Amino acid sequence: MLAHLINGISLGSIYAIIALGYTMVYGIAKMLNFAHGDVIMVGGYISFYSMTLLGLPVPIAILAAVFVCTALGIVVERLAYKPLRAATSLAVLITAIGMSYFLQNAALLIWDANPKAYPNIFKNFEAVEFAGARISPFAIVAIAANLVIMIALTLFTTRTKVGKAMRAVSEDKGAATLMGINVNFTISLTFAIGSGLAAIAGVLLCTAYPTLMPTTGSMPGIKAFTAAVFGGIGSIPGAMIGGILLGIIEILARAYISSELADAIVFGVLIVVLIFRPTGLLGKQVHEKV
Amino acid sequence: MNIYKNASVASKKAFLNYAIVILFFVVFQTLVNTGSITSALKGQLIPIVCYMIMAVSLNLVVGISGELSLGHAGFMSVGAFTAVIVSALMSGASNSSRLFVSILVGAAIAALAGFLIGIPVLRLNGDYLAIVTLAFGEIIKNILNCLYVGIDDKGVHFAFNNPNALGMDPLGKEIIKGPMGAVGIKKIATFPAAVILLLVVLIIIQNLVNSRTGRAIMAIRDNRIAAESMGLSPMKYKMLAFTVSASMAGAAGAIYALNISTLVPKKFDFNTSILVLVFVVLGGIGNMTGSLIAAGVLVVLPELLRKFSDYRMLVYAIVLILVMLVTNNEKLKGRLDTFVKKLGMRISKGGRKK
Amino acid sequence: MKKKLLSLIMTGALVMAMTACGGEGTAAGGNGGSGAATGSGELTGTLKLGVIGPLTGGAAIYGNAVANGTQIAVDEINAMGTGFTIELNAQDDEHDAEKSVNAYHQLQDWGVQAIAGTVTTTPCIAVSAEANSDRVFMLTPSASATSVTEDKDNVFQLCFADPNQGSASAQYISDNNLATKVAVIYNNADAYSTGIYQTFKARAAELGLEIVSETTFTDDTTDFSVQVGDAQSNGAELVFLPIYYTPASLILQQAAAAGYAPKFFGVDGMDGILTIEGFDTSLAEGVMLLTPFSADATDERTVNFVKTYTEKFGEVPSQFAADGYDCAYAIMAALQFYADKNGGLDVTGMSAEQLCDILISVFTDADFSADGVTGLGMRWDANGQVNKEPKAVVIKDGVYVGM
Repeated sequence: MLAHLINGISLGSIYAIIALGYTMVYGIAKMLNFAHGDVIMVGGYISFYSMTLLGLPVPIAILAAVFVCTALGIVVERLAYKPLRAATSLAVLITAIGMSYFLQNAALLIWDANPKAYPNIFKNFEAVEFAGARISPFAIVAIAANLVIMIALTLFTTRTKVGKAMRAVSEDKGAATLMGINVNFTISLTFAIGSGLAAIAGVLLCTAYPTLMPTTGSMPGIKAFTAAVFGGIGSIPGAMIGGILLGIIEILARAYISSELADAIVFGVLIVVLIFRPTGLLGKQVHEKV
Repeated sequence: MNIYKNASVASKKAFLNYAIVILFFVVFQTLVNTGSITSALKGQLIPIVCYMIMAVSLNLVVGISGELSLGHAGFMSVGAFTAVIVSALMSGASNSSRLFVSILVGAAIAALAGFLIGIPVLRLNGDYLAIVTLAFGEIIKNILNCLYVGIDDKGVHFAFNNPNALGMDPLGKEIIKGPMGAVGIKKIATFPAAVILLLVVLIIIQNLVNSRTGRAIMAIRDNRIAAESMGLSPMKYKMLAFTVSASMAGAAGAIYALNISTLVPKKFDFNTSILVLVFVVLGGIGNMTGSLIAAGVLVVLPELLRKFSDYRMLVYAIVLILVMLVTNNEKLKGRLDTFVKKLGMRISKGGRKK
Repeated sequence: MKKKLLSLIMTGALVMAMTACGGEGTAAGGNGGSGAATGSGELTGTLKLGVIGPLTGGAAIYGNAVANGTQIAVDEINAMGTGFTIELNAQDDEHDAEKSVNAYHQLQDWGVQAIAGTVTTTPCIAVSAEANSDRVFMLTPSASATSVTEDKDNVFQLCFADPNQGSASAQYISDNNLATKVAVIYNNADAYSTGIYQTFKARAAELGLEIVSETTFTDDTTDFSVQVGDAQSNGAELVFLPIYYTPASLILQQAAAAGYAPKFFGVDGMDGILTIEGFDTSLAEGVMLLTPFSADATDERTVNFVKTYTEKFGEVPSQFAADGYDCAYAIMAALQFYADKNGGLDVTGMSAEQLCDILISVFTDADFSADGVTGLGMRWDANGQVNKEPKAVVIKDGVYVGM
C-alpha cells in the first residue's frame, strides 16, 4: 500500500509539473495548448542526446533541454498562436492540435521512430528504506522538484512585478493594457516559463519511464491537462494538488481494481468532481452577470 | 425551379447539400460501375461517407448547439460495436436487412449513451464541458477494452474484463475480444446504403435546425440567460441536440464497422474525435456544406500525400496550421484576398492580351 | 535478350496502363499471361511485391525493419542476374486497420502481384480479408495471431503462430527446471501477446508450473510498478514476458528499481532489446528468450544479412527485419519451385490471381521448404502456419549466447 502511494505521488509530481504549464498558459491566454505534451517530448530528446551523443553531465543536459524548450515555446507562440489573439478559442485549439501533429512528425523525421532507452540519471544513488517501503531516489527528486517549482512560481506571481503583470493580464487583458502592461510580452513570457517546465517534466518523465518516442508526450499531456482541470484550471496550487491526486488515483486503481480500467476511473473521478465543483477543486467560481 | 426561387435561404442551403451528396454519389457510382476509378479511392468511398456523417452530426453539437465536444468518436464506437453484435446475431438474414437493423440498433444504443452522458456533461460550461466529453470518450474506449462478447446456440454471452467468464459452448464463437476488438466482421456495408444514410442524417439535421426547436437551440447558444427568461429550458434543448448527434455518430460507426473486417476500440480514441472536430472547424462552424466538403477532402488528402511518404503527416500538420492562420487572422486574410484579386487580374489581363 | 526486352516493354506498358486507369493487372498476352512454361525450367520476369506496415507512428519500428529487411533481399535477388527481379513497393499503414486497407488499395492500383505483409496483426486481419476476396497472395512476416490465417487459404505466416510459442516456452521452462512459481505480464490489447499467454497457461497447467501472478497492460502503458510489484509480492521466481521488447525494457528497468531480480523469460518479440539506443544492457543480463533469429548467429546466411543491413541502415537487424528478408526469399523460392516442376515461369504481367493460385499450391506442397535467416527447412501447413524450430538464447555480457 505504502509502496503504491509513493509510486502514485512520484507519478503525480510529474503530472503536476506538466499541469503547471497548461494551467499558466490557460490562465493567461485562455487557450488549451495541446502542443504542450509534445514540448515535453522535445525536452526528453534534447536531454537524451546531450547526455549520450555529446556526453554532457546531467545538470548541463537538463539546462540544454530547458533552454531549447523555452525557445521552442516562444517560437511556437509567435508563429502560430500570436496571430490568432483575436480569433475564436476553437480556432486556436485546432491550431494547437496542428502544432502538436507538427512537432510529433518533425520528431519522427529527425529522431526516427525507434524508441530510445533513456539513461538512468540516478544510477549512483541508493534507494531509501522507509517504513518497510523502498523510496527510489527518483521519487525524492520528483517530489522535491515539484515543491520547489510550485513555491518559486507562487512567489514569482505574487512578489515580482512581471509576475503581478501576468496575473493582471489573466484577470483582464484590456485593463492590463491600459495600466501600461505589455500584454504580448507577458504572454510570451508565460509560454517560455511553461515550456521550460515542460523540459524539466520531460527529463523526469523519461527517467521514470525510460522509453523515448515521438509520441511519448501525448498521453501524459492529456492526463496532466485533466489534472489541471481537476485542480481548477488557472490555479497554480490547484495544478499541483490535481496532479498528485491524479497520480495516486491512477496507481491505486491499477493496483486494486484493474489496470485496464485505471484510466476510466481517473476520468470518472474527474467527472464526479466537476459535477459537484464545476470549476475544479481550487478554481474560481465565476458568477454570471445578466 | 419556382419552388427553388420561392424557398427561404435556409432551405436553399439545405437543397444545395442534398444536391452535393447526390452529385457525389452519381459521379462516383458511375466511376465504380464503369471501372474507371482507382482501387484506392474506391476503397475509401464508404469511410468518406462515414466521416461526412460524423462531421455533420458533430456540427450539430458544436455549431448549432454551441458546445465543444471532444469525445464524439466514443459514440461512433458504441454504434460500431453494437452493429457488430447485431449483425453477427442476424447471420441468417439477408444482407440488406442485417445492415438496416444493425444501423438502427447501433444508432439507438448510441443515442442512449448520449442521453446518459448528456445528463452530467450538459450541466457544465465551456472548456469544462469539453474536457468532460474528452473524459467520456476515453471512458467508453476503456470499457470497450474490457468487453468480451461471444455467441453460441444459446444466444449472446457477455463478460467484463475476464474472457474466461463467457461460459460458452465449445462451439461458440467469440466476436469481440476486449482490447483486441472484433474480428471476422462480415462486410455488408455498401456505398449506396452509406449515401442513403448520409441523406437521412442531413434531412433530420436540416429540418431540426430550421424548426422551432432548432431556433430554440440556437437562441440558447447565443444567449442562454435571455433564452431561459423566455421560458426555454436549456437542458432540454441541449440534450435533444446532443442525443440526436450521438445517435448519428452511432449510425456512422455502424456502417463503418460493417465495412471493415476487424475493429479495435483504440481506433475510436481522442485522435479520431479531434480528426472529426478538425473537419467541422475547417468546414466552418455551423456550416453543413463546409463539413461535408472538409470531411471529403481531408479524408482523401493523406492518401494523396502518400508520395511524400515520411513527410505527409508533417505536410498535413503545416497545411492545417496555415489554413487556420489564414482564415482566422484578419491581416493574413486581407493579404490573401488582395493576392487572390491580383492573381485574378493578372489572369484576366493575360487573357485580354491574347 | 529479346525475351527480356519484351518483358521490360510489357512491364512498362502495364505500369502505364494501370496508373492510367487503375484497373487490375490484366493478362498482357505473350507467354507471361497464362503463366505458361518457358520451356527451360527458368524463373524469369519481374514480380511486383508489396509491403504494408507501419512506417510512421508508434509502431513504425516494426514496419521499417520489415521494409528494410525486404529491401535487402530484393536488392540481392535483383543483383543475382538470373532474369528474375522483384520490384518493391512499401506502403505505410500507421498500424491502423482502415489505413492499412487504403495502403492495400494503393498497391492494387500500382499493380501488385503478391504481398509480403502486413506487419502488425490487427491491420493484417483487415487486409487479409480484402486480399482473400480479391485473390491476392499474402505472406505476413510478423502478424502471428491465428485469426490472420483462419479461413483464408491465401494467407501464410513466416513467423511462428502464437500458440506454438507459448507451449514451447512452458515446455522449455519445465524441462530445464528453471522455476516452479511463475509470473506472467502480458499485453491484453495485443493478439500476439494474449495468444502466447493463453497457450502458455494451458501448457503450464499440464506441466505443473504454478502461475502465481498474472497481470496485464495495454499499448499506452509506461508504468509497470503495479505489475512488477504483484509478481514480486507473490514470490515468482521467473517472470514470463510474452511481449515486445519496448515494454520489456521498461519492465526490466522498473524491476531493477524495485530491487526485484527474478529470472526473465521472453519470446521472439523480445529480440531487439539489446539494440535500443541508450539501453543499459546490464539490465538484460541473464534474460532468456526463444527466438527464431539471432543476429549473433555464425552461419554464413545470417552473417551476410547482418553485415549488409548494418552497413545500409546503421543498426543491427531485429527479428522483424529478418522476417521481411525471409519473406522475399520464400516467395522467390516458391516461384522457383513451380518453375522447376512446370518447365519454367515468367511472372511478368501475370495477374495477382494467377500468382495467388500458383503460390498457394506451392506453399501447401509437402515437398516445398524454404531456408532463411529465421530458420532452415521452413514448411507450411494448409492453415498457413509455418513449422520451424525456435532457438533458446540467453543474454550474457550484452550478447546472445545459445543455450
